[in-house]
Amino acid sequence: MKDEVTRDERVANLKGLGCSRKRVEDARFTQGKGNYIDDISLPGMLHGDFVRSPYAHARIKSINIDAAMALDGVTAVLTAKDLEPLSLHWMPTLAGDKQMVLADGKVLFQGQEVAFVVARDRYIAADAVELVEVEYEELPVVVDPFKALESDVVLREDLEGQTEGAHGPRKHHNHIFTWEVGEEEATNAVIDDADVVAEETMYYHRTHPCPLEPCGSVASMDKVNGKLTLYGTFQAPHVVRTVASLLSGIEEHNIRVVSPDIGGGFGNKVGVYPGYICSIVASIVTGVPVKWVEDRMENLMSTAFARDYWMTGKISATKEGKITGLHCHVTADHGAFDACADPTKYPAGFMNICTGSYDIPTAYLAVDGVYTNKAPGGVSYRCSFRVTEAVYFIERMIEVLAIELDMDPAELRRINFIKKEQFPYQSALGWEYDSGDYHTAWDKALKAVDYAGLRAEQAERVAAFKRGETRTLMGIGLSFFTEIVGAGPVKNCDILGMGMFDSCEIRIHPTGSAIARLGTISQGQGHATTFAQILASEIGIPADSITIEEGDTDTAPYGLGTYGSRSTPVAGAATAMAGRKIRAKAQMIAAYLLEVHDDDVEFDVDRFVVKGAPERFKTMGEIAYAAYNQAIPGIEPGLEAVSYYDPPNMTYPFGAYVCVMDIDVDTGVTDIRRFYALDDCGTRINPMVIEGQIHGGLTEALAVAMGQEIAYDDMGNVKTATLMDFFLPTAWEVPNYETDHTVTPSPHHPIGAKGVGESPHVGGVPCFSNAVQDAFRPFGLRHTNMPHDHWRIWQAANSLGLHD
Amino acid sequence: MIPSQFEYHRPADMAGALAVLAEHGDDARVLAGGHSLIPMMKLRMADVPHLIDLQDIEALKGIKIAGGQITIGAMTTQHELIADTALHAAAPIIREASLQIADPQVRYMGTIGGNVANGDPGNDMPGLMQCLDAQFTLEGAEGKRTVPARDFYEAAYMTERDDEEILTQISFAVQQGGYAYEKQKRKIGDYATAACAVSITKENGTVTAASVAMTNLSDTPVFSEAANAVLVGTSCDTADIKAAVAAALEDIDPTEDNRGPVAFKKHVAGIIIKRAIERAASRA
Repeated sequence: MKDEVTRDERVANLKGLGCSRKRVEDARFTQGKGNYIDDISLPGMLHGDFVRSPYAHARIKSINIDAAMALDGVTAVLTAKDLEPLSLHWMPTLAGDKQMVLADGKVLFQGQEVAFVVARDRYIAADAVELVEVEYEELPVVVDPFKALESDVVLREDLEGQTEGAHGPRKHHNHIFTWEVGEEEATNAVIDDADVVAEETMYYHRTHPCPLEPCGSVASMDKVNGKLTLYGTFQAPHVVRTVASLLSGIEEHNIRVVSPDIGGGFGNKVGVYPGYICSIVASIVTGVPVKWVEDRMENLMSTAFARDYWMTGKISATKEGKITGLHCHVTADHGAFDACADPTKYPAGFMNICTGSYDIPTAYLAVDGVYTNKAPGGVSYRCSFRVTEAVYFIERMIEVLAIELDMDPAELRRINFIKKEQFPYQSALGWEYDSGDYHTAWDKALKAVDYAGLRAEQAERVAAFKRGETRTLMGIGLSFFTEIVGAGPVKNCDILGMGMFDSCEIRIHPTGSAIARLGTISQGQGHATTFAQILASEIGIPADSITIEEGDTDTAPYGLGTYGSRSTPVAGAATAMAGRKIRAKAQMIAAYLLEVHDDDVEFDVDRFVVKGAPERFKTMGEIAYAAYNQAIPGIEPGLEAVSYYDPPNMTYPFGAYVCVMDIDVDTGVTDIRRFYALDDCGTRINPMVIEGQIHGGLTEALAVAMGQEIAYDDMGNVKTATLMDFFLPTAWEVPNYETDHTVTPSPHHPIGAKGVGESPHVGGVPCFSNAVQDAFRPFGLRHTNMPHDHWRIWQAANSLGLHD
Repeated sequence: MIPSQFEYHRPADMAGALAVLAEHGDDARVLAGGHSLIPMMKLRMADVPHLIDLQDIEALKGIKIAGGQITIGAMTTQHELIADTALHAAAPIIREASLQIADPQVRYMGTIGGNVANGDPGNDMPGLMQCLDAQFTLEGAEGKRTVPARDFYEAAYMTERDDEEILTQISFAVQQGGYAYEKQKRKIGDYATAACAVSITKENGTVTAASVAMTNLSDTPVFSEAANAVLVGTSCDTADIKAAVAAALEDIDPTEDNRGPVAFKKHVAGIIIKRAIERAASRA
């Protein structure tokens, strides 16, 4: 057979690793043909809606459902009393706490679920919600975590007298846990003896992931065959199945969980919400499918928030700027229930990555979790567990230390970076960074933006400002971040006891195409595109001939889901490893077909060739056909493989970002003139998808840094429950992003990839914030809290006397 | 975000619309672009048993310019205001302001009539219409009447319009002189933190007429006669503008909201008014 196709063409034909393959998902999304939770409609389906608390803290004296039940079309109104016989009026949280499904005697935050109305259509359900009469007795509201720790007001009466929580002793009735990492005494000693110490307290405000699609579920209990099917907006469908089985007593094989297309998750869709439980119970009670889909206000008010960390730091250094120690204390506002979505052993997630990208020999972190009258949550909003908080903390502390040292913050970073030859690097707070080359990335970034030129321009601007020639200041925001993504390993990371591995199962069809199923679930990341590319390079079948399927627990292998940038590090690794099993069998088949020994053939792009005789080969297509249709001695028919991958370590992507911002001192209006983002995520699977991820993550970073917040008044009312006040950037507010990269593969990942979806958010928030703060540094500003909306920037300028 | 049940009416002419209004009184509301009313209904903050959609009434649409007068039908969309070249020539401030209202999708639906009639202090057109000394035509069972924009607004969502009247058209004189609409907002789609419409006419370097009106700085639009009085007769130099800004600030009464506290809003208002006057003067 004459081979007229060149090797390069064969490589290109695979659309494997490194190819900017167009996203295969987009054909349906751009044509409105996606299948989201609200698109699911089952015969006879009923609709649920919640009665929610208008108060942040109140006792429920009575609930009268008579008028609601009398409305034509209303099937049921569930309250905690109805769920209690099933032990479903409370549910366990992912953080070892428990949470009310429906208000059990009291409400603890505004928007809390009080009763669940089930009706023939969505409109009747909403009408019936109005007819449920709830009598409340208001209780004192606590929204400040520091006051909560001094208050006589007991929020969680159910925990009264319990001095031991899921993560150790509780110091007060509104205290949840104290989590300590590192050596406090040694750190204090280093700081006490240091040449220079910088201290700062910063509030990383409460915000919300706000995916475009809110949360929802459709539960369908088939009483004839005893099977429950649950469709929902789940970032971890397999975990949901296990939890649903444990809670309901329905055997796990009788539960099928399906995540359809998901319109963004960003951590908001990791946890289990009362709506899911209520739709299941309602379906069991009514015998027909029940849908619950929340609206935007419900999403912002009641489903999982992010951040809300009060962080106090001390950082010490020598006169020359070499950092010697870091002390961090966090008061973490968890709201009414501790529903953080962190691996069990990490009640503050990976906050202990707060030594950042720097070689800090001694460090200590303590986190106190506190209950307040706010919505529960504390999820990782487009970041690995609490890494955004950690990176914001260290990147602000570096800037404050630079002020204290009167040093350029770029240079201060450079002299403290972990050096290339120090990897794998053991951090003072317990992590092993897998690989990095920070100096190269930093130098490339600073050169790309002409950092020295920017500083000179900034100095001229300050001089002009002082001469009264301009009212606009210029800020140069820097950040260098190291992410920690890809949880497991199973030995340290589990959720509710379930080890954080992931999986891939591959089936090659006789004609040489394939389907691969994974334990993860895309929410916009483009898994169907990129996992097929990993596989294409591993098994020599074109990505276009590989279907990727996720999200149906009846067909996909068990996995822990998609969040914390774990899909590529864990499921991507499983995909490569399963692919290699396919290849190993293919090699034996090829050798048989070519009538040589197994060791005498080698893989070459899309085929096995006889070593030294490349004209003698069998393509993967030919091998697949033979696998099914030819009796091969000693080899069972078929070509399938499965891999469950427990990663040996997490991966540590990093990046160098620079933001240039002009700030109108009189109005607080900002103009982001330039944003440069260099990311190193190891091996790059699809540069175009990476670029999209960077743009998306930076845009969410812009949102959080510059205006997005969940704010409460003193009565616990949510002030930002609509998109009028909750900042979701549009094309208008988003600057032009310049992206760049270096490539430092992960040494332990099968293809060297690290995960990238969340890096830009982690690195972006401090970069935007540092730009604002940097603009005012020449006038004496040390720190001002985010979000940097117009009035807060104006206030910072005002407090510096710049309006006099 | 699910409204209560309502009856939907879609009359083909004014007589039909007025008949439904007369029949249902307080229980009926007219619907223009829907950007204020529909969210209020979805939030169940507005209970509207009878909704009268005006979109089929041809008489409420269109822009006419004749005899030095501009007349705009209430159902003319902001997009149409922006796209109309004759209007742009006759009153360029309309396009300048309209482009600062929300985003194109909103402007395809949002109407000038709905914007001025609702009495929402956040809307941009009421202040602009006060600046231009526009006249609003109200039509009810008892016929038509005309109310000056400067007398129309009583309090937030409270106007001179009776429940059984429909605001049908807006008219004002072809613009002379310089103009500017300045607006600060947090993001696309937001109401103004502060906004200001200014029109200035000069002869031989001296201001002969000035009109300063502001948006979202009180519970109604604010037309500042004091600021106008300061500017007329001056050359509009730095000191004159400073004095006019000071006068205008005396007339506002902003409240604290998520955009910021009162002190911030007053400060920003001063900057926005100053910039609007400067830009209008530079074009006069």
